[in-house]
Amino acid sequence: MQIPHEYGAHEARLPEPVDPNMINAPIPLGTRLDLYRLQQQMRQFEKRAYDLFLQNLVKGTSHLSIGMEAIAAGVGQAMRADDYTFATYRGHAHTLARGVPMGPVLAELLGRSNGLLAGKGGSMHLTSVERGVMGSYAIIGAQLCIACGSAWSAQFRGTDQITVAFMGDGATNIGAFHEALNFAAVFRLPVVFVCENNLYMEYTSIFDVTAVEHPAADRASAYGLDRIVVDGNDADAVYMAASSAISKARQGGGPSLIEATTYRHGGHSRADPGKYRPDGEVAAWLDRDPIPMYHQRLLTLGVSEADLDQVQRDVADEVEAATVFAKGGAPPQADTALTDVWADGGSSWRN
Amino acid sequence: MAELTYREAIAYGIAQELRRDPTVFIFGEDIAGAGGVFKSTVGLLEEFGPKRVIDTPISEQAILGAAMGAAMTGLRPIAEIMFSDFLAVCWDMVVNEIAKIRYMTNGQVSVPLVIRTGNGGGSRFGAQHSQSVENWAMAVPGLKVVAPSTPADVVGLLAASVRDDNPVLFFEHKSLFATKGEVPSGELVDTLGTAKVVRHGKDCTIVALALMVPRAIAAAEVLAGRGIEATVIDLRCLVPLDTQTILSSVSETGHLFTVEENPRLCGWGAEVVSIVAEECFWALDGPSIRITTPHVPLPSADVLEDAVIPSVERIVNVVAKSLDA
Ligand SMILES: Cc1ncc(C[n+]2csc(CCOP(=O)(O)OP(=O)(O)O)c2C)c(N)n1
Ligand SMILES: [Mg+2]
Repeated sequence: MQIPHEYGAHEARLPEPVDPNMINAPIPLGTRLDLYRLQQQMRQFEKRAYDLFLQNLVKGTSHLSIGMEAIAAGVGQAMRADDYTFATYRGHAHTLARGVPMGPVLAELLGRSNGLLAGKGGSMHLTSVERGVMGSYAIIGAQLCIACGSAWSAQFRGTDQITVAFMGDGATNIGAFHEALNFAAVFRLPVVFVCENNLYMEYTSIFDVTAVEHPAADRASAYGLDRIVVDGNDADAVYMAASSAISKARQGGGPSLIEATTYRHGGHSRADPGKYRPDGEVAAWLDRDPIPMYHQRLLTLGVSEADLDQVQRDVADEVEAATVFAKGGAPPQADTALTDVWADGGSSWRN
Repeated sequence: MAELTYREAIAYGIAQELRRDPTVFIFGEDIAGAGGVFKSTVGLLEEFGPKRVIDTPISEQAILGAAMGAAMTGLRPIAEIMFSDFLAVCWDMVVNEIAKIRYMTNGQVSVPLVIRTGNGGGSRFGAQHSQSVENWAMAVPGLKVVAPSTPADVVGLLAASVRDDNPVLFFEHKSLFATKGEVPSGELVDTLGTAKVVRHGKDCTIVALALMVPRAIAAAEVLAGRGIEATVIDLRCLVPLDTQTILSSVSETGHLFTVEENPRLCGWGAEVVSIVAEECFWALDGPSIRITTPHVPLPSADVLEDAVIPSVERIVNVVAKSLDA
């Protein structure tokens, strides 16, 4: 197939309007306030990460989720503390969604000894087994297969834990995606696959290289799964879809595949200016920013501006404290590069 | 004590672990109902049932991904990759995921899993079903690499692999399946990273692995007839590598030969030779010599395959020529 337009000159994909009925979704107000706080945490954390990158304190690469917070928040809020998450390299939000404290996450981005992984993982491999975050994976699609394993394990051990695995739209074109979906369907595994369709891979539109309109949802029927597309910029919509897929999985009903449509406000990573996006598209999606929309919804539901301001200020304090914690961390000792290759804590390959 | 084939020893060893530990389970393509394409898992489904002995789709990435996820969450999976050549299809899982997850999570995660796979040539299967790829695995930090040559070692080293808290690649040699050997009765658990001196001789040290071990032993018998007494070491594991056994033998004999089925470049023998060169150079009385498959893919015809994989005759000739006998 010849792509029928010049690079970056594809048709703008504009967001759908907010579903006016979503305000009536049966979600307790307390849960909604949690969703608001989670989104604030993710947004303010990512902005700080970006600032620290500009100050040359964040080393290596990092991939931000600004604009995509409603998905991680909605899914994370629907999970139980003992459930498992498999995140992507764009995984700061996936990680924060499980209650992992900001300080160690930020310190990991700075490569400090008080980082979540003591400097051995970095931005793309955030993990907190304590909080059910079973790793963030940077080889596209691998985590979908690994998630089948933790789901299989829960089924084998007879617990009712479920597993959530995130992926980008680009991951739907790699073999691991298809192997994982079939495997999960065949063994009726308690796993929920969540595709964050932000319309782009790195610097190329997903629509230019995919045989179907909805990269995840239009493949679901091949594995006997329902076609699920949700507004990924509406935390309530995501929360409802995730809750129903999770309870199905918990009750032995097998896997689900959710495609959540969204947009990243920034570039793919670090300093990518995102120039490959057509005129009008970014502006339209900035207008559909999930956080001001949710703020407005909570006001309509009777929450006071003062209460929402308070949440924002609390989160700002949390980010500030995390920054102090991270900047205050010592660099790792060089000899720790030689630990934890093996279960005995060492790296020796000979006797 | 019972005499078992190498093939039977595989099922016997797996059964020992399935009986002992309820978190052990085994899966792969055609391994349950059919008992494995090499008939090396016969009887397991009947004894342990479909929850613990499972046929999978032809999805090598999903097989190893599932093994990893299960190992991270409290189970001890044994996954089969039918032919080791197919590891190339799921090498991401082995190299980027399984081998690295403990390190990159600063030790938060353990992956106690075993990947069993049919390895090696001699079956006239051609270039995509005959390779010896244990040296691929050896090159990756975080993987233990085991390749037994006898039925007893299959049982003992498999038990050690299943009980190890690290990921282990367990290479079963296809040309050894029909060979027989005594397997002691009762629970059998060996130690990873220990080589075995299978023949003592003062004149040279021949280090071999898997199918090359019986060939090295046979060559040593022929050499004895020509007045050369060779020590033969069955390496058994590439990682951890039993350098002590190698170094102490070479210190006594002064001559080192490696017999490797892998193609020449970067075979495991290159590492052995370099360790000997660094650490017991002054004990050497001559060049260290690697006897390997030449750097070619494996051909199919019997005459061609036999011409490239190190044979008893070639080992005898190389050693004899080098020692000037
Ligand atoms: C197997 C593999 N191929 C390519 C890459 C390089 N790569 C990193 S991110 C990325 C784009 C992925 O796009 P998508 O899945 O839509 O996720 P997003 O970054 O948009 O969240 C690519 C191609 C990779 N990490 N792994
Ligand atoms: Mg994308």
